[in-house]
Amino acid sequence: MAHAPRERGQREQGQNTLGSIRTIFAFMLKRYKFLFVLVIAGILLSSWAMVQSTLFTRALIDDYITPMLTQADPDFDALAAAIGRIAAIAAVGVGSTYLYNRLMVTISQGTLRDLRIEVFQHMESLPIKYFDTHAHGDIMSIYTNDIDTLRQLLSQTIPNFINSCATILMVLISMIMLSIPLTIVTLAMVGVMLLASGRIGSASAKHFADQQKHLGDVNGFIEETISGEKVVKVFCHEQRSVDEFHKRNHALRDAATRANTLAGILMPVVFALGEISYVLCAIVGSFVAVSMGLLSLGTLVSFLSLNQSFTEPITRISQQLSAITQAGAGAGRIFALLAEEPEADEGYVELVRARVGEDGKVEQTSEHTGHWAWRHPHQADDTVSYMPLLGELVMDGVDFGYVPEKQILHDIRLFALPGQKIAFVGATGAGKTTITNLINRFYDIDDGKIRYDGINITKIKKSELRRSLGMVLQDPHLFTGTVMDNIRYGRLDATDEECIAAAKLVSADDFIRRLPDGYNTQITGDGGNLSAGQRQLLTIARAAVADPPALILDEATSSIDTRTEQLVQAGMDALMKGRTTFVIAHRLSTVRDADCIMVMEQGRIIERGTHDELIAAHGKYYELYTGNQIESE
Amino acid sequence: MDIIKKLLGQLGEYRRPALIAPLCTLVAVGMEVLIPYVMALLIDRGIAQANMGQVWLWGGIMLVCAVVALLIDSASAVFGSRASTGLASNLRDSLFEKVQTFSFSNIDKFSTVGLVTRMTTDVTNVQNAFNMSLIIATRAPISLVASLVMSVIISPGLSSIFLVAMVVLAAALAAIVFKAMPLFGSVFERYDDLNASVQENVTAIRVVKAFVREDHENQKFSRAAGDLHDLFVRAESLIAFNNPVMGVAIYGCIIALAWFGTHSILAGQLTTGQLTSLLGYVFNVLISLMMLTMIFVMVSMSAASGKRIVEVLDETPDIVSPEDALTEVRDGSIDFEAVNFSYRSGDGEETLAGIDLHIDSGETIGVLGGTGSGKSTLVSLICRLYDVDSGAVRVGGQDVRAYDTEVLRDAVAVVLQQNTLFSGTILDNLRWGKPDATLEECQAACAAACADEFIDRMPDGYDTVIEQGGTNVSGGQRQRLCIARALLKRPRVLILDDSTSAVDTATDASIQRAFAEQIPNTTKIVISQRVSSFGACDRILVLDAGHVAAFAPEERLIQTCDIYRDVYQTQNRQGSEADFDELEGVGRDPLSQRFDPAFADELTKAGE
Repeated sequence: MAHAPRERGQREQGQNTLGSIRTIFAFMLKRYKFLFVLVIAGILLSSWAMVQSTLFTRALIDDYITPMLTQADPDFDALAAAIGRIAAIAAVGVGSTYLYNRLMVTISQGTLRDLRIEVFQHMESLPIKYFDTHAHGDIMSIYTNDIDTLRQLLSQTIPNFINSCATILMVLISMIMLSIPLTIVTLAMVGVMLLASGRIGSASAKHFADQQKHLGDVNGFIEETISGEKVVKVFCHEQRSVDEFHKRNHALRDAATRANTLAGILMPVVFALGEISYVLCAIVGSFVAVSMGLLSLGTLVSFLSLNQSFTEPITRISQQLSAITQAGAGAGRIFALLAEEPEADEGYVELVRARVGEDGKVEQTSEHTGHWAWRHPHQADDTVSYMPLLGELVMDGVDFGYVPEKQILHDIRLFALPGQKIAFVGATGAGKTTITNLINRFYDIDDGKIRYDGINITKIKKSELRRSLGMVLQDPHLFTGTVMDNIRYGRLDATDEECIAAAKLVSADDFIRRLPDGYNTQITGDGGNLSAGQRQLLTIARAAVADPPALILDEATSSIDTRTEQLVQAGMDALMKGRTTFVIAHRLSTVRDADCIMVMEQGRIIERGTHDELIAAHGKYYELYTGNQIESE
Repeated sequence: MDIIKKLLGQLGEYRRPALIAPLCTLVAVGMEVLIPYVMALLIDRGIAQANMGQVWLWGGIMLVCAVVALLIDSASAVFGSRASTGLASNLRDSLFEKVQTFSFSNIDKFSTVGLVTRMTTDVTNVQNAFNMSLIIATRAPISLVASLVMSVIISPGLSSIFLVAMVVLAAALAAIVFKAMPLFGSVFERYDDLNASVQENVTAIRVVKAFVREDHENQKFSRAAGDLHDLFVRAESLIAFNNPVMGVAIYGCIIALAWFGTHSILAGQLTTGQLTSLLGYVFNVLISLMMLTMIFVMVSMSAASGKRIVEVLDETPDIVSPEDALTEVRDGSIDFEAVNFSYRSGDGEETLAGIDLHIDSGETIGVLGGTGSGKSTLVSLICRLYDVDSGAVRVGGQDVRAYDTEVLRDAVAVVLQQNTLFSGTILDNLRWGKPDATLEECQAACAAACADEFIDRMPDGYDTVIEQGGTNVSGGQRQRLCIARALLKRPRVLILDDSTSAVDTATDASIQRAFAEQIPNTTKIVISQRVSSFGACDRILVLDAGHVAAFAPEERLIQTCDIYRDVYQTQNRQGSEADFDELEGVGRDPLSQRFDPAFADELTKAGE
């Protein structure tokens, strides 16, 4: 399902390759208009110098060598002067070549840097839904493949393309000036070349798409098998995996051979057609020169060099066409990401540090008072009112589905008083995590209302809402950096002491100190060097240092063994004290002391009450808890 | 050099096309190089003498040369691409086969991601480099040498200009490449880091958003992208010298040829036609040189990939079946004799130390222990996923190292903690346990693992397609499918490594019951964090930091083992009166009072 939008997207982009290239061009020009004009000037100068040096052959033969051959005492001064002139032109050419190459580095790298940053910042602004509905590999490939192809496009293909066009134009003008019949021969051969490369190119493009498909298949199989290698071994499935792999790999080989053969032939064909064009011009030119006497030897030789300089950029352009198509598809995917709607936020209520004034009124302050308040501006009369942040949360008749066709949550009603601990229990897929996704507005509800301290959460700025909710998620994700950096992620201005205190609070201090470099231990690859339990402890410490008024703990202790959990529990209790807390847990021991336990089944709350009430009721909770019932799902 | 030899050794049946391709190139380049030479003859004997016959003759020869070059060059491309895609295919085959022989310590050494990269990106890099080498690496030097030879034939004196230009150009290009290469090395390193941080953000986006760290991450990324930009600019600024340096060489040659060539012509040592062919060879020689540096850069960049591939091919699997392996596992008894084990032998940190235990065939054993106490390690030794450092593990009375590994692993079924399903239907996945299992057998196994009810509710039942990574089934469903898959093997020993953690207590209990009824003679080892999973266990093994803390029936453990009693009491608190009293303060009030009355009113109104 996650792949469907991308495939559709690719098809649309196929038609839009040119549009995407134009967009990326505009992106570049917006930043470097002046430099790019200089680049074009440099390219024009350098190809002008190139054409001049080719035409010089004619002057050399017709104006110097041929007459000098008839002179008894040839005068080399004139030749020296001519060579001096061409040397000066060459110097200009070399200088401008360097200039435009160097400028292009600045332009292309600057553009890429800005593009990377823009793509990343835009990605960060996208709603969670985007990440849930797109394969992470696809998102990654925008950075690893698509932007990389653009690097080639900007730094090589575009200047080459302009250079080729400029050369073609200048050479064409010079050719027409030298000899119209030979120009016609040349152009006819160019037509043949374009026709041939177009045919081969379009045939090979089809095979390349085929190869890409097979490559994806083989890479997917490799990834799946190697990631599941332990299972392969345990089931002695090695030989069957190898057989299956051979099958897929050989299909890839055949597709790749077809694609590469055609692409490989393209170059020699175009190259050889260029040679043939050269030879034909030589024969026709000789005929015109010898039989009609309309052409001087120098002109013919010059023309032949021009013929070579003419077909060479055409060959180059035909090679670059595939690079442009690829870059266009990549650019299309980049701009598709940039076109995604960022997370909407109409909220205007803010969270501010607060102080209770002498008259009992809540006031805004910049000091650390430990108190927070909601700043609620009223548009009608331009006044601002402050409400203390308490942590009361109400859900009223909430319906929700990730997709319109499938409703996940039905009529969820709950009421959490400040400081209460509310627990959700129920089978996987009952909708527990979904509820927490709604509280912090990772997703927006379809129907009903959620109020935080009496304020509809859609009126609260998302960033402020999330700041007021500490989250410990099911999958403990860590970031590259030290252990200390990771704890500080909860509150960026926390001191080392505060981070260590938070770690102590949740009993993480002990294991951190036993790590090779203690708090300075580097975490790499999402914490691969730590155990799942240790990672979870760090994420709990991270939430602790944030010191939020409300907490959401989604299976926060699932990978911590029961003994360690007991240690953590003291810390967790300290952490939860005075905070409204939502807890999701499989382990019923974790939720026993909740103020209210919500038992969920298929998106509905089917029982609610304290542990004792629910046990006494002998309902679903009782069955789950005592393990007397066979099925829960 | 050794790496190249090893990689080329993988050519196999593609050795022939790999040899034919450069031979074809040789002939084709010869034809192409002849053209300027023949051109000189056409000018001197045809045009200069106004002899159309000579023009037709030499023109015809050139035309033939061009057409032959076209055909042979195309053939070279055909053979070249067959050889390079064949090499890639063989490399992937060999790598995949090799990895399948690896033990886990081999795999751990390279890491899963590392192995995947080697089989995908690295192979593609080598394929491209090889293809380019076949086409250009033969063309460029041949063209270079042939053009030089032709120009020496035309005029030994003037061809020395080429030599000077070549030396200057080669020196300049070499200087650029050698300065730029290390820079590019660090560019790509930085590039990987940048992508790693993007990856981190994509997978942990919920954390970023929950902590409102978008701006923080944006700043981090902008800084990193800025650093990458600076490095890239430094590296590419050097490369920007390539074209102008090339220009200096070409213009220099043209100017020198014009001056000295004119002198030679006037001295009668050279014809005008010959001068034009020398001018033609200028491009051939210098462009070939340029291509050679390009190849050099490309090959050295892919050398790292080649090295990584060879590393895998050279690795010796450290677990192999012995020569005269046992082919039958007698029963499900298990013995550990003074077993010591560490993942990195010799670093002193033992994961398991001095393990001695005996398990009878058909017993049900529970294993409990803290994170990192060695539970998973202990069971991986039973099916010989790792070898012990010292001591011995016996299954059915025989050392596991004496069995054929396939036989052993067929007899010992493990449901791993990191259980994986593969893309394919549910039935395909189940048949991993038994390739020829009938639908009925599969259904029976699923019933025992309590997986049948959710499979039946799926639209396509047993033909439902599991997506890669098993993302379309929940954690609990995945675990039950994995148990069913293991049951189909009808093993002598069944090991469940915390494989019911996502299954609720009730289902867990019924799975355990099914085991006791349906496979009474199979030795069952259950690792769990929940004491409720140990209901059916004859004995429970308590591990603590790699040592056996206790191994006895549950009743005994409650009395004698502090660790077990601790866990048992925390998880079974509801039974005791004292705990009820503890809870009293928290909330005995009836449900209705927990709601704000105003809200309750609202609800009722909303209901009406």
